[in-house]
Parts: sequence; C-alpha cells; structure tokens
Amino acid sequence: MKHARVAYDGAIHDATERNGQLLLADGRLVAFDAVTWLPPLAPVPWPRTILALGLNYADHAKELAFKAPEEPLVFLKGEGSLIGHRAHTVRPAGVDYMHYECELAVVIGQRAKKVKRADAYAYIAGYTVANDYAIRDYLENWYRPNLRVKNRDTCTPLGPWLVDTADVPDPMNLALSTTVNGKVTQSGSTRDMIFDVPYLIEHFSSYMTLNPGDLILTGTPDGIVDCRPGDVIVTEIEGIGALVNTIRSAS
Amino acid sequence: MTLRPVLAAGTVYGVLLNSQDEWAAWAGQMNEPPYKAPPKAPVLYIKTANTWSACGAAIAVPARAPEVEIGASLAMVIGADARQVSAQTALQHVAGYVLVNELSLPHASYYRPPVKYKNLDGFLGIGPRCATPAQVGDPNRLRLEVRVDGRLQQTVDLGRMLRPAAQLIADVSEFMTLRHGDVLLLGLGAQRPHARAGQHIEISAAGLPALGTLTNSLVEDAE
Repeated sequence: MKHARVAYDGAIHDATERNGQLLLADGRLVAFDAVTWLPPLAPVPWPRTILALGLNYADHAKELAFKAPEEPLVFLKGEGSLIGHRAHTVRPAGVDYMHYECELAVVIGQRAKKVKRADAYAYIAGYTVANDYAIRDYLENWYRPNLRVKNRDTCTPLGPWLVDTADVPDPMNLALSTTVNGKVTQSGSTRDMIFDVPYLIEHFSSYMTLNPGDLILTGTPDGIVDCRPGDVIVTEIEGIGALVNTIRSAS
Repeated sequence: MTLRPVLAAGTVYGVLLNSQDEWAAWAGQMNEPPYKAPPKAPVLYIKTANTWSACGAAIAVPARAPEVEIGASLAMVIGADARQVSAQTALQHVAGYVLVNELSLPHASYYRPPVKYKNLDGFLGIGPRCATPAQVGDPNRLRLEVRVDGRLQQTVDLGRMLRPAAQLIADVSEFMTLRHGDVLLLGLGAQRPHARAGQHIEISAAGLPALGTLTNSLVEDAE
C-alpha cells in the first residue's frame, strides 16, 4: 500500500492511494492536486534520526573525483530540512551551483540494534523518495559535507508516498531517474549502490539504535546538474513514486 | 528516554572549533590537506536521540575504544523559532540552558562527519535541569568544571568562544531555522579530558547552582 500524509480541509490526514486518488482516513476521496503533501511520515515523540549517504554509487563517486569509500560515508540531517511533495525549495541568492540528488529513502519500522544483515529487511517499514539537495558553494572540508550545504530549510523534499516493504520485493533493483523541466538528467539503478540497504542497517545499528520513523537516505547515482529558480525537478524511483519539487529564489 | 522534562523533541546541534584555544591548537593544520582552509561557517554536528542519557545514567563504552573524550558544554534550548536572527536579538530565542556531557570516541581527523564517533547510544549526558535565562544571565560568563572520579580535570571558560552564544545562534540561523525545542551547544573546550569504563564524570558551572551537577558513570558495553 502507498501511504501519504496530507493537509486538507483545515487538518492533517493520513491517506492511502486509491485508483489515482487519495483515500483519507476519514473515508473521503480527494484528488492529488486538492491537498498539500507533507513528508509521508508519522510523527515520532523524539527527533527523528536522518542518516544520509555520500558517494554510495560508484559512478557518482567518480563524478565527484573521489575514490569509492571503504566504509559508508554518512552524515546527519535535522528534521527541519524536510518538506513534502509538490513544494518549493529555496535557491539562496548569489550561489553558483545547487544540485538535486535522487535517493531511495528507507523508513525504519521497528527498533534496530545490532541487527544482522540477513535480518535487516524485517526492520524496514517501507520506502520513499528523497531529494537531498546540496548547495556546493558552501562546501567546506570540516565534517564534510557540512550542514550549511546539506541541512538548509526546504532542501530535503520527501515523498510523495511511503510504500510498504511488502510492495517492494527487490529494493536493490529499482530504476532511479531525475528530470529537470521534463528532460532526463540522471538515471541509474539501486543495484549499483556500493553499500546496499541490508549492509547499511547492519553497519549503523552496530553502534547506534535506529528507531521507528528514522530515515536512511541511501545516496545518489551519476548525473547532477545545477538547478535554477523556476526549474521543476522530478526525482523518481520505480515502484516508489515521483517526487515533484520546484526551485524558487530566496525572496 | 527519560529526558522529556528537560529537552523538548528537537534536534541537538553541536559546534566544532568554537573555542579560541582549540582553534589555536588546530591553526597550523587548517591550510593543509584535507582541510585546505580554515572553516568559515560554524562547523555543526548532530547528536541524535539515541545518544541522549539522563543525569545519573550509566553510559556504555564499547570495547573497541577503551577511552572516551568528555565534551562539557552548555546547551541552549530554543524557545521561539530563530530564522535569520541578528546577534542583538538572538538570546531572546533561548528558553533555557542545560549542562551536557558530549561524549566522543577520540578521533584525529575532522574531515568527515563524526557519526561513528559521536552518535553511539547514550553518548550525550543531559541535565539535571533546565535553568532559565534570568538565572543564567550572560551564558558566556560561565566556567564549566569537569571532574572525573571527583578530581578536577578541566575548566571550560565559555568566555573564550570565538562565537559567543548570541553570535552563534545568529550565524547558524542564517542558513537553517533553529526550531522550537531544538538545542544548540555553545562549544567545547580544548584538550578535552578522557575517561574509561568504571569512572564517574561530573560537570557543573562554577557559581551557578541553578544548573545543578550533571553526573554520569561509564560502564563496559554489556555485549
């Protein structure tokens, strides 16, 4: 099943996809364009851990002129950077290079501590699509990628759907693509991840407990380009969804 | 997690290299690879919820690293959202202050994010209580004392921060909103003391009993 979280008619609703419409938890059927889409995540009582991978596709690592990492290159993001489907992301004034990153996002379903790779899928609730924007002008070599590049307001669109694991039989063989104003600029497959999803869950849970609702953004393949105000960016993953985002200027 | 009375459900952000003394210790390397230049923006990191330990809690140290580094700091708990605020008004966004014991596994490189060194379960002692802005006054006047097994190991002068509290909030809020309940640590001292399993850590602010004394003991990971 595909789950969404939307604002409609003055309230926030859990919803599911039903024949090209949204079925709200209260029984109403509404059109996709009648709602404001929020990140498809249930609220959690503590701040959500958001792990994000850098250089997790060999071709992207090459594109950025680094050798492939020997262990996951991971950074953390705050929940304040998340926005939903069909929202706007701010390009700061005066920057030269801001790019999208289409990523398979794993949503943890149950508390995971010292989980073995073979058991890892049992700890996943589902998958969604993340667009992990970066403002490369602000890149510095201290705790790189630094938060000024990666943790800005509006710069992590997420959605539209949380898709149950049961509906994603092989998450390690999904096509990813990004279009900018309708033109394909990025295409790849999750099969090309350097560290796959079960590996990542084993690795992170070996030293930090993952809780329900925590996220792992699994990195992006080759094909990143600059995004300008007005550009419509669609990051899509086969079977998971197409996440639409529009760039706007800061003012 | 028993910290709900002290911390709201926000993200905890720490800042590296805010102490003048730590900056001075690193200055000789800052223009060398892989850093190539001194940092311009505040160098932030996140202490995720799995790291939170209440005052009095035992914190497990993994067998792979027998010693941990003690990062005493003062946490600023954000009240009203701070977005692109000026240093003049920044402290109006602080709802309260609380002591933290920001533990790390020692790491010699600051090039990559320190997740595997700083985000182990339990690696952020917090408490025992939140002091009001009126009780604290100017947070940069405080001196934090770190004791291990009762012996004073470090004094952190919060007056020696390159970005004092108000400037730090202003500079962080320039690029990301500090939301209600988020927490920003004011920075760590230089030459942070180490401790190992079996030892007991106390952090207090000299002359300010309103913050209380944060105590945590280190234990071997039961694994």
